[in-house]
Amino acid sequence: MSETAEAQVVAKEPKEPLFSKKNKKLLSDPLNDDNPITIQVLGICSALAITVQLKPTFVMSVSVLFVMIGGNLIVSWLRNLIPSRVRIIVQLVIVATLVILVDQVLKAYLYDVSKQLSVFVGLIITNCIIMGRLEAFALGNKAWPSFLDAIGNAAGYAWIMLAVAFARELFGSGTLWGFQIVPDFLYDFGYADNGLMILPPMALITVGIIIWVQRSKNTKLIEEN
Amino acid sequence: MSNAIHNFLEEKVKPNFDKGGKLEKYYPAYDALETFMFVPGHTTGKTGSHIRDGIDMKRTMIMVVVALLPALLFGIWNTGHQYYLALGEQADFMTKVIYGAIEVLPIVVVSYAAGLGVEFIFAIINKHQVNEGFLVSGMLIPLCLPVEIPLWMVAAATIFAVIIGKEVFGGTGMNILNVALTARAFLFFAYPTWMSGDKVWIGEGTNEAVAYADGSTGATLLAQATEKSSGFVNAAGAQYGDTFWNAFMGFIPGSIGETSTLAILIGAAILLITGIASWKIMLSGVLGAYVMGLIFNAFAVNPFMEVPAHYHLVMGGFAFGIVFMATDPVSAAQTSTGKYVYGFLIGILGIMIRVFNPAYPEGIMLAILFMNVMAPLIDHYVIQANIKRRKKRTLAVA
Repeated sequence: MSETAEAQVVAKEPKEPLFSKKNKKLLSDPLNDDNPITIQVLGICSALAITVQLKPTFVMSVSVLFVMIGGNLIVSWLRNLIPSRVRIIVQLVIVATLVILVDQVLKAYLYDVSKQLSVFVGLIITNCIIMGRLEAFALGNKAWPSFLDAIGNAAGYAWIMLAVAFARELFGSGTLWGFQIVPDFLYDFGYADNGLMILPPMALITVGIIIWVQRSKNTKLIEEN
Repeated sequence: MSNAIHNFLEEKVKPNFDKGGKLEKYYPAYDALETFMFVPGHTTGKTGSHIRDGIDMKRTMIMVVVALLPALLFGIWNTGHQYYLALGEQADFMTKVIYGAIEVLPIVVVSYAAGLGVEFIFAIINKHQVNEGFLVSGMLIPLCLPVEIPLWMVAAATIFAVIIGKEVFGGTGMNILNVALTARAFLFFAYPTWMSGDKVWIGEGTNEAVAYADGSTGATLLAQATEKSSGFVNAAGAQYGDTFWNAFMGFIPGSIGETSTLAILIGAAILLITGIASWKIMLSGVLGAYVMGLIFNAFAVNPFMEVPAHYHLVMGGFAFGIVFMATDPVSAAQTSTGKYVYGFLIGILGIMIRVFNPAYPEGIMLAILFMNVMAPLIDHYVIQANIKRRKKRTLAVA
């Protein structure tokens, strides 16, 4: 990724269409072939911790999306001003500011979800995906590609998270978004919610199954050995 | 007779599955069923090893299943026995066996059907032979479950264990964890109310109005021992002899196959005589458990810790686990010294979890799974030590 980033800086194309092929790839790659969770294996901790139910997962994904976009844009705008020696600390300050904003908004308007997410909103600061994209992309690219890159990666993160949460909430609690999905007669019939799905190990296994399906569909992702 | 069948298979049925035949895709399924009854026709290649023992994996697995039969048969009888005991009714031998068979056999059938179904699907997708590994797992799974377990849970756990516990690692022989215990652990954490407590061990069938007779709470010995205030030690103080004898013979509630230490010992004898299971693991496991029991006795601060050490060997699933599950050649340690360490630690950890953590009375399951994960590490250090020793020796000579 960093190579293409450098290449873009060198190649000076003043009039590139907004959704050129390259820019479209910025959006689509992280959704599949370069997914931050299943391929780069970043941001796993939050995937394990907050995917018990769909609602907090969704709020978390939106928060990450906001922080990603904000962070990527600001860093991209400032990229020529930030001395490379202190760039990590500058990035941290930017991300931390955005995360605190998100945290305050959640506390004000979505208090119960914010309670559920607890420390994990604060931990967005340390989410490897965000720092990774700032370092690898935003520092070397203009604002518009950085913006697309942020959306792509946040969406790639979000869909894996939502897929995991979907499976965990459906089988673990019999609900989706807090509404009961598994009908009562099934429970009367002897069906029971799977307690293991609520425990963190099952999130890991679910992510593993997604990785398995993805690689068996796209065999070029399989590493040698 | 068997020759005639074999000829019929060779001439009429097999061509369909051979290369170019109509059902070529399903050759693995055919092969699995044929070698189930007949010695496989595979011969050694032109290069490589030229001698092969007739006892291939399928025979090995069948021997383990044979070794499991005493535990299964006793479990069937005991299911009926416990049921009529709880009812407070007298029943003769056959009545108990029939009741037990009705309760137990569906679980066995479901376990085999679900597991073999998954195996066949994977064999056909991956174009390899159907591995026989599941023959044993399919029998172990029902034997380590409570009789009241709903059948769909058995199926779900079996499918989970075969896919996540085995197939993702590459199938039989590649699994890190014991498949049967993976299934049991899945059920234990997913549906705890069906896997522990004092209502699940006695098959009630459709008769929900079973009134427990006096003194028969339906709890396992482990559960009784865990409830420190209750009668296990105090009331049983005078009857230790009885309790031990009952637990050894297996006239107690518990998972289907694990109650009778005697039946398990018969199985152990079969495994040891045929050389299939490692006596090193069994011996060191029993030693580990006994030593841990003695240590607890020495520093006893609660009634469970005072339980005599030899009781730990007959209570709960310890005997079953150490004989049939810890010795699983795939997930156990491979080196000779490693086997001693592996077994001993299973014994120690199993009893430790059992006594210290009331939430997990069946500590042996967790101990074996944990040591399954640790087994490669043990082997690694054993091998490294060996290399070091031999290096030293060659250096000393030179």
